[in-house]
Amino acid sequence: MRTRRIFMTQSAAAASAMAFPLIGGAQPKTVKVGVLHPVTGALAYSGQQCRLGAMMAVEDINKAGGIKSLGGAKIEALLGDAQSQPQAGAAEVEKMNEAGVSAVVGAFASAICLATTQAAAKHNLPHVVDVGVADQIVERGLKNTFRFGPGYRKCAETAVANLHVLNTLAGKPARTVMIIHEESLFGTGTANLLARELPGYGYEVKEVIKHANPTRDFNNIVLRMKAVNPDIVIPANYYNEYALLVRTMQQQKVQPKAIYSVLGGAASSYKFVKEFPDAANGIIDCNHWFNPKDKRSAAMRKRVEAQGQFFSYEVFMAYTATRLLADAIERAKSADRAAIIQALENSTFSDHIMPYGQTKFINGQNTGAQPLMTQVQKNDIKVIVPREFREVEPLFPMKA
Amino acid sequence: MFDSAILIPSLLNGITTGAVYALIALGLTLIYGVLHIINFAHGAGLMLALYGVYLLKERLGIDPYLALPVMVVGMFLLGYCLQRLVINRASHGKDENILLVTLGLSIIMENAALLAFQSDTRSIETPYTLATVTIGPAMIAVPKLVAFAGALVVSAILVWLIQATDLGRAIRAVAREKQGAKLMGIHVDHVYAISFGIGLACLGAAACFLLPAYYVNPQVGNGFVLVAFTIVVLGGMGSFTGALLGGLLIGVVESLGGLYLGESLGQIGIFGIFILVLLFRPQGLFGARS
Repeated sequence: MRTRRIFMTQSAAAASAMAFPLIGGAQPKTVKVGVLHPVTGALAYSGQQCRLGAMMAVEDINKAGGIKSLGGAKIEALLGDAQSQPQAGAAEVEKMNEAGVSAVVGAFASAICLATTQAAAKHNLPHVVDVGVADQIVERGLKNTFRFGPGYRKCAETAVANLHVLNTLAGKPARTVMIIHEESLFGTGTANLLARELPGYGYEVKEVIKHANPTRDFNNIVLRMKAVNPDIVIPANYYNEYALLVRTMQQQKVQPKAIYSVLGGAASSYKFVKEFPDAANGIIDCNHWFNPKDKRSAAMRKRVEAQGQFFSYEVFMAYTATRLLADAIERAKSADRAAIIQALENSTFSDHIMPYGQTKFINGQNTGAQPLMTQVQKNDIKVIVPREFREVEPLFPMKA
Repeated sequence: MFDSAILIPSLLNGITTGAVYALIALGLTLIYGVLHIINFAHGAGLMLALYGVYLLKERLGIDPYLALPVMVVGMFLLGYCLQRLVINRASHGKDENILLVTLGLSIIMENAALLAFQSDTRSIETPYTLATVTIGPAMIAVPKLVAFAGALVVSAILVWLIQATDLGRAIRAVAREKQGAKLMGIHVDHVYAISFGIGLACLGAAACFLLPAYYVNPQVGNGFVLVAFTIVVLGGMGSFTGALLGGLLIGVVESLGGLYLGESLGQIGIFGIFILVLLFRPQGLFGARS
């Protein structure tokens, strides 16, 4: 009797397996995801760092058994190159759409993200923005666009509010500010926001200087800095120009009370700290940064450095953005685009190393996203503000 | 509008920056002006030279200034072989083919660098990277002063080479009348390749002077090559004095333009000059009317 029942169930299972071979014995199918970054052209370094982070996430997800709600389907990354140009990025989205991706992660630069999210929207293709700080990206009502990190308004407001706290605690030694920014959407937008915010806290913005990418020489800007003699210098630019600017300041012996970078500076770049330790010490940044209290962030830094790469913000931003997407596919239990968009809208993703808490999207923006303030101290990058993530006490002002 | 405490340093800074432009333009003016080869690979050549200096410093610990002979000879050989084995063969004697071949070479070089070094920006630390010399109200970086002196020396050598040696006479003869030179027993292909080699050797020198205060990545050449073309046109094609003075002038225009118009608009001056020269003095400041 018992054996007969076992026989019955076994043969039933066998029959259904034969009837639906895809569910039973066949390999789990894959979910195609577009990984789109500017890996050549002017932004190639950042783009490649982003790609590294995204691919690490794909590797981790697949190693841990893929998308479980889809029978362990593996994520298949389709790599795209935006060539540091918005139109090239949009063209890659079209290609990825043709190739049948379920979603896109990318595309680092604000101007490129504006183009790629729009191109993806035409096909109702979910697009997770990994960095792209311009707020226009999530303010155009595109239903497919989700940004995990903070936008530049949030960053500029946080930067100014925190600067004011630092300055007040130090007895208000700083009063005047000079802003130096690169000329694209990111630098200009950030500079405009800062210039608007700062006077409200009683700071005088002495000068706002825009420069091209690449700028071959910063002597003129530093000369003007000498003439203006601001208490605080705020740069908002990309790595090459940032490095030249700070080195030229060092060369010309210009020492403001603080160098306070908003979105991209020495105090969020292990590379800069390693290559120019003297110039880097004391610099304060307000930028994307991981939660230093989370043990996984130190492990991840080691893993990236073991590959001979720097653990730059691009790496962990793209890493967590990709994990957010995988989490949404898991919840959607489907590779269907509309279902993934729905899952992203309702995402409560919290298993990450960023200081954002539980994810909650409103109009495509993760409301918990925030930048941290870091400072280069003793040749390492440490979080100084806010208090719950603080590793060391801030040193402000830099010179007495 | 600006007092002399800013104006003078800005002027000196322009001159010293211009010297590096001049060095890059010297190589270009030889290739472009004398041999009528539009070398689109000039920027990529500079990038390769910068990587060469970088590797010598990082791997073998050779100071960039001491690397000068190695880089000049190395870049000369590279240039000679490129012209002899690639450009000459692929172009079949047609100028428009040369243009495409050099463009293709630049794409290959850039992507090879991307493969070998990734897009990472690299720079070197030397004891004198941050050293300055005070001249009146100005603090001028030592690497820039060295570059300025280097540019003067290199252009003097080039002028001597072209004016006073047999090789120089052969180059001038080939530039003026290729067929005639051939009939006189000049090995035209060899002279072409030597000229191209000298052009790249200038880049080798420029790279040694540039890297201590700058950086290298696979795209770094693009920022210089347009400026160099402007200088060649401004100075007069094939004129070394023109390239030197043109370079200094462009450096000053860029510097003062940046000061008065803002850094973002400062470059307008450079290309404004480019258009004006093409309109009113197409042979350039020192060029002979053809």
